[in-house]
Amino acid sequence: MKKEKILISGNEAIGEGAIQAGCFFYAGYPITPQNELTAYMAKRMLQEKRVFIQAESEISAINMVLGASAAGFRAMTSSSSPGISLKQEGLSYLAGCQLPAVIVNIMRAGPGLGNIFPAQSDYFQATKGGGHGDYYCIVLAPFSVQEAFDFMFFAFDLADKYRNPVMILGDGFLGQMVEPLTVKFQIPNSKYQIIKKDWALTGCKKRAPNIIKSFYLKQKELEKFNLLLQKKYKTIKRRETRWQEIDVEDARIILVAYGTMARIAKGVVRKLREKGKKIGLIRPITLWPFPQKAFLKNPKARYLVLEMSYGQMVEDVKLALEGDKNVEFLGRAGGGIPTEEEIIRRVK
Amino acid sequence: MKKIFSHPKSLRKIPTHYCAGCGHGIAHRLIAEVVDELNIREKVIGIAPVGCAVVAYDYWDFDCCESAHGRALAVATGIKRCRPEKVVFTYQGDGDLAAIGTNETIHAANRGENLTVIFINNAVYGMTGGQMAPTTLVGQKTATTPYGRKVNLHGWPLKISEILGLLKGVVYVERVSLHAPLEVLKAKSAIKQAFLNQIQNKGFSLVEILSACPTYWQMSPREALDWIKEVMIKEFPLGRIK
Repeated sequence: MKKEKILISGNEAIGEGAIQAGCFFYAGYPITPQNELTAYMAKRMLQEKRVFIQAESEISAINMVLGASAAGFRAMTSSSSPGISLKQEGLSYLAGCQLPAVIVNIMRAGPGLGNIFPAQSDYFQATKGGGHGDYYCIVLAPFSVQEAFDFMFFAFDLADKYRNPVMILGDGFLGQMVEPLTVKFQIPNSKYQIIKKDWALTGCKKRAPNIIKSFYLKQKELEKFNLLLQKKYKTIKRRETRWQEIDVEDARIILVAYGTMARIAKGVVRKLREKGKKIGLIRPITLWPFPQKAFLKNPKARYLVLEMSYGQMVEDVKLALEGDKNVEFLGRAGGGIPTEEEIIRRVK
Repeated sequence: MKKIFSHPKSLRKIPTHYCAGCGHGIAHRLIAEVVDELNIREKVIGIAPVGCAVVAYDYWDFDCCESAHGRALAVATGIKRCRPEKVVFTYQGDGDLAAIGTNETIHAANRGENLTVIFINNAVYGMTGGQMAPTTLVGQKTATTPYGRKVNLHGWPLKISEILGLLKGVVYVERVSLHAPLEVLKAKSAIKQAFLNQIQNKGFSLVEILSACPTYWQMSPREALDWIKEVMIKEFPLGRIK
């Protein structure tokens, strides 16, 4: 395996990560602030003799991904908030058909057209299903360019393992930010069917036909299928929940933040610890499943939830702590984000 | 004795759920016969639509994929680009292909995707209860045009096949009908041509099939066939468009 250190943006790191992880098919549609990712894929996918399509719409892009996934290949699409709203129908079908796929959302501020400034306002949409029906996407929240790259392997592996869509939830800062990245070149040589997919559509040669569908006409059949999905989600919750914690055990106040917001929170923790303040950080890495267990270690502490949105993740923190007595919130979106100074003022 | 006729291998021996006089059963069978004759059952992948033919995969005996309403050609594009050696086709109704999926249809055609499209035009939404389709004729009564389709309110019947014929990415478009045995034979040969084009890597091919919906035309099966012949064909003339 070759290792190389390069300077690269988050958007491009996600693209290279996907390629190294064996993504064979990419379809996307232009939208800021994730355009560098689509452009990167346009260049690199053809170099690797894989498939890149600039789709006619976000809806078409996600359904092309559905087709590529049904054919047994690692497939991905990316967009930003308004585009991800359009993809929700496809996400629901992917979940209902039990198809693996990776969807990248480089969030911008909403609602509506909002603006192109970084935000985290799609937390509800990402973690609570987003489209119609009882389903969840696994949601990963990288907080550095290195993690943006590394998580692509994790994302495709999880998608294949559980036959479920996985969303990478970043924000415009992460997408645009340029940082050093250690790339581990490990392009697989096979035709990217990393695990055996007996269910894939390959033509029914020497086997019974495979059908990919989410349609169960009879009531009881659909209920049975939904219970199967619920069982799968329970397994994912048990096995795949991830978070990072810093100085949580003796902390009187614990900051809770993910993605870019956690970068700022981490700086605050470092600064205040140096001054002797008992402060810690919980950084959810999987937003769904939400790391509820992280809050069991020190449930009596004061919690300050930081968001680049107006009180979305804070609801999950309250659920994890079974109440809101010791939970506070600080959030901004639409242009500004909570600064170190603002956070320090709230902490004191 | 030489066997000259039998049940297609690609069609399961089970009764369909279609209404009396519906064209879907015939169209399904024609596709199955063509798949058998071209010996492609082990490499064909069908995309079933949303609409009355939503469970087409219960009748065909080969690999199939579901698609959201209107998205069949996006799904087909994904499959075919990953597996260009397979034969991929979509089976879509008028609402699916020419209303909610118009964007997917025009752009897949314009990219010249090497796909086969079987387009069932019965001038009405069947599954949902007989509402106006983009292909509903002027004056035709449906659940959502109870006084008949009026041009000033609903516009004209959409001739998607003629539109697609203008695109450079499209190699073959033909409109056929199922209203009489001879027409059924012509339909079969058009379907075969559309599959052959894909096998020979020629590009995007579409066969529009005029098909009866006696239930939502509120006619007997016989009257419905006559209506295609006497009324529908005037708006949607049969023959090769491209």
